[in-house]
Amino acid sequence: MSVHSPTVPADTRARLSPRAHDDSGLGNEFLEVSMGPQHPSTHGVFRMDVVLDGERIVKLKPVFGYLHRNHEKIAEATTYLGSMPYTDRLDYFCSITNNWAYALAVEKLAGLNVPERAEYIRIITAELTRLLNHTCLLGFLAQDMGALGTPLMYAFREREKILDLFEALTGARMMCNYMRFGGCRVDLPPGWIEQAARVVDGYPRFLEEFERLLTGNEILMARTQGVGILPAALAVNASITGPMLRASGVDYDLRKTDPYGIYGRFPFRVPLGAQGDVYDRLMIRLLEMGESIKILKQAIQELPGGPIVDPKAKLRAFKPKAGEAYGRIEAPKGELGFYLISDGSANPYRYRVRPPSLINLTILEDMCLGHTIADVVVILGSVDIVLGEVDR
Amino acid sequence: MESLEEIKARVEASVTGAAVEIVPNDAPCQQRSLRVGREKAREVAEFLRDDPRLRLDYASNATGVDWPDTVTKQKVKVKKQINGVEQEVEETLEERKPGCLEAVYHLYSMALKQGPVILRVRTADRMQGVHLPSLTPVWRGAEFQEREIYDLYGIVFDGHPDLRRLLMWEGYRHHPMRKDFVEPDDYEYEPTPHDEVLEKAKAHYPADGGTQGGTA
Amino acid sequence: MIDEGLRNELSKQGVVVTGFQDLYNWGRKNSLWPMQFGLACCAIEMIATAMARFDLSRFGSEVFRNSPRQSDLMIVAGTVTKKMAPQVVRLYNQMSEPKYVIAMGACAISGGPFKQGYNVLKGIDRFIPVDVHIPGCPPRPEALLHALITLQEKISKETFTGPGRPRHLDPNAPSEFPIPVCGPDDLTPPSNPEVWRPPTMVRED
Repeated sequence: MSVHSPTVPADTRARLSPRAHDDSGLGNEFLEVSMGPQHPSTHGVFRMDVVLDGERIVKLKPVFGYLHRNHEKIAEATTYLGSMPYTDRLDYFCSITNNWAYALAVEKLAGLNVPERAEYIRIITAELTRLLNHTCLLGFLAQDMGALGTPLMYAFREREKILDLFEALTGARMMCNYMRFGGCRVDLPPGWIEQAARVVDGYPRFLEEFERLLTGNEILMARTQGVGILPAALAVNASITGPMLRASGVDYDLRKTDPYGIYGRFPFRVPLGAQGDVYDRLMIRLLEMGESIKILKQAIQELPGGPIVDPKAKLRAFKPKAGEAYGRIEAPKGELGFYLISDGSANPYRYRVRPPSLINLTILEDMCLGHTIADVVVILGSVDIVLGEVDR
Repeated sequence: MESLEEIKARVEASVTGAAVEIVPNDAPCQQRSLRVGREKAREVAEFLRDDPRLRLDYASNATGVDWPDTVTKQKVKVKKQINGVEQEVEETLEERKPGCLEAVYHLYSMALKQGPVILRVRTADRMQGVHLPSLTPVWRGAEFQEREIYDLYGIVFDGHPDLRRLLMWEGYRHHPMRKDFVEPDDYEYEPTPHDEVLEKAKAHYPADGGTQGGTA
Repeated sequence: MIDEGLRNELSKQGVVVTGFQDLYNWGRKNSLWPMQFGLACCAIEMIATAMARFDLSRFGSEVFRNSPRQSDLMIVAGTVTKKMAPQVVRLYNQMSEPKYVIAMGACAISGGPFKQGYNVLKGIDRFIPVDVHIPGCPPRPEALLHALITLQEKISKETFTGPGRPRHLDPNAPSEFPIPVCGPDDLTPPSNPEVWRPPTMVRED
């Protein structure tokens, strides 16, 4: 049985039409452009219906669903552990943090503990993923601004070093499928931790090089400063999280306010922005990479021995008790949360992903009004979306 | 943060007519929720957001849940007159509980760094009475999530600024995340159908027992 | 066509001899320009293949063109959903002949891990003809390079006349395919019977 859904309501159609905003009485016609879903700078299959007055944006409506892969419905038909590889494909840049968020939610649901060594390994891999994500984002943003290819080449060079580490550890470059409920899947191979230390030691040099390239560049400064300003009150009310929120000056980082894992043992600072424009978001990500390197160095040094999965966890035929849990982490893009309702069987009753990229797009229109269409590309790049997560 | 009982008492004191109850949760994380009646849901939400002790200004997650109709059968011994003789007969009593759709909101506070408070609102039923007040005017972050709940579950949010489908295309007529959704028959040719695939094929091709699999 | 010994002798003297067909195929296969068309996770591996470590441009795919009118190769990288399928077919129609399609990843071949999805198209070859399929989730960049070389070998075997000729030299072969429409339940039509003919299996029982 299905409830017939009404078509787009008439007043929405009127509001979206190109003539809706013409107050001048001159009979101006606005231009309606559909950017996407195939577009070089839309970071995937994302479409924006933009109404333009000359080059200025008058209205912007994002359209998604082009990558809606029914992850939540499939998860209701799969066991808890069977959904773990699907979480890799949510934010396909950072598969390990997706795994961790899901494992955290299930551990809250079933009351599992995680041994020390697994916690340290989780932090090491998660911070490496954060480095990877922010590096690639800066590369893509520079490409969107017209630096065709070269910053992206530098960014992907560093990414390949980290992907080699992931491949040695988990067997796959991108879809790592590494976390398990109560720990990690496999222990570190011999020599891995030394190679990780070498990669981490070489990172500050790359950061300095990148920072010099970007912040010394006049075009980049002109295109990012004062563009896409997001006021802090609106950011909080619109449930924005992650570097976008901190660039607007709101001090909310889940690793500090609601620590999960053993983040409480790592002293690191949370960079905050002053204005909330695209430039602040760029610099926040650079500074966060610096803080991640500090966390990594400490974690690599302090790594203890021991088991990597909770030996007391009963994971065969895993059937958690009926109940629900909401587990969330500070993923590189924002707050990634998993809401699980269990009815006592092997499959979840309700499985929900709280996607940071989708919710960060809520105020895309507000940030873009009055800017030119070239700025829209830059602003969208700074929001840092991944369509796998937006559409699930 | 104060306990859920204290919050419930203060909500009931400040918003008259709000039907608030605490929903238990057996999982070890003990995240219990507050179920609020539909009529006063928006006033309760505004209270939670603006109250100086709670300041729940951040709606982290808004999701929909489908609770379908349940039928429970019970065997009961009943005294009945059969042919003039009083006998005890076993009868099965069918109790039909109507289902509903539910919207769940996870609320945190960025100002006071506390949380979560979980808010639940239920619709009247799953067919015609699917209207709920929209909490988008209270928390703008619920805008896209409520659109998604409308798209996938069919809950109509009154007062939402732009209630259209989000993920599926305009003109699609089903609400896919409902438990009684039948998937379209587009499973490609399946050489050895078994288990669920065979069951699905039987639903679409009952005549030949599903031996042909999907579309050919 | 020409005796190998004679060809070698001539090339030592600085004279290169080739047939018109080999020259035509050589020119086409060594300059396949892909369209920038990444859908999902496989797109990241495609970008990584174009980057400095697994350089794709050494095989001729120097630039990823943004416009379908200027490209020869469409690498469908990622899951094709039913909402996106009409756009994929429309883009394919806009490419000019000769054009080739590589279906990269399990999702583009048959729906992949998301096969149970109600919004997932179970393979892009339901609507457009695919030349090379690359299994993997996601396939490694080396696999994409191998697929490109396989496509190049396939192009080098094409002839001007006869059954081995490419589609653009065949007056009866269609170059544009009908675009499906998103209907109330599913795509209409759910597949293109001229393009996709799965074998039907008759079982003894």
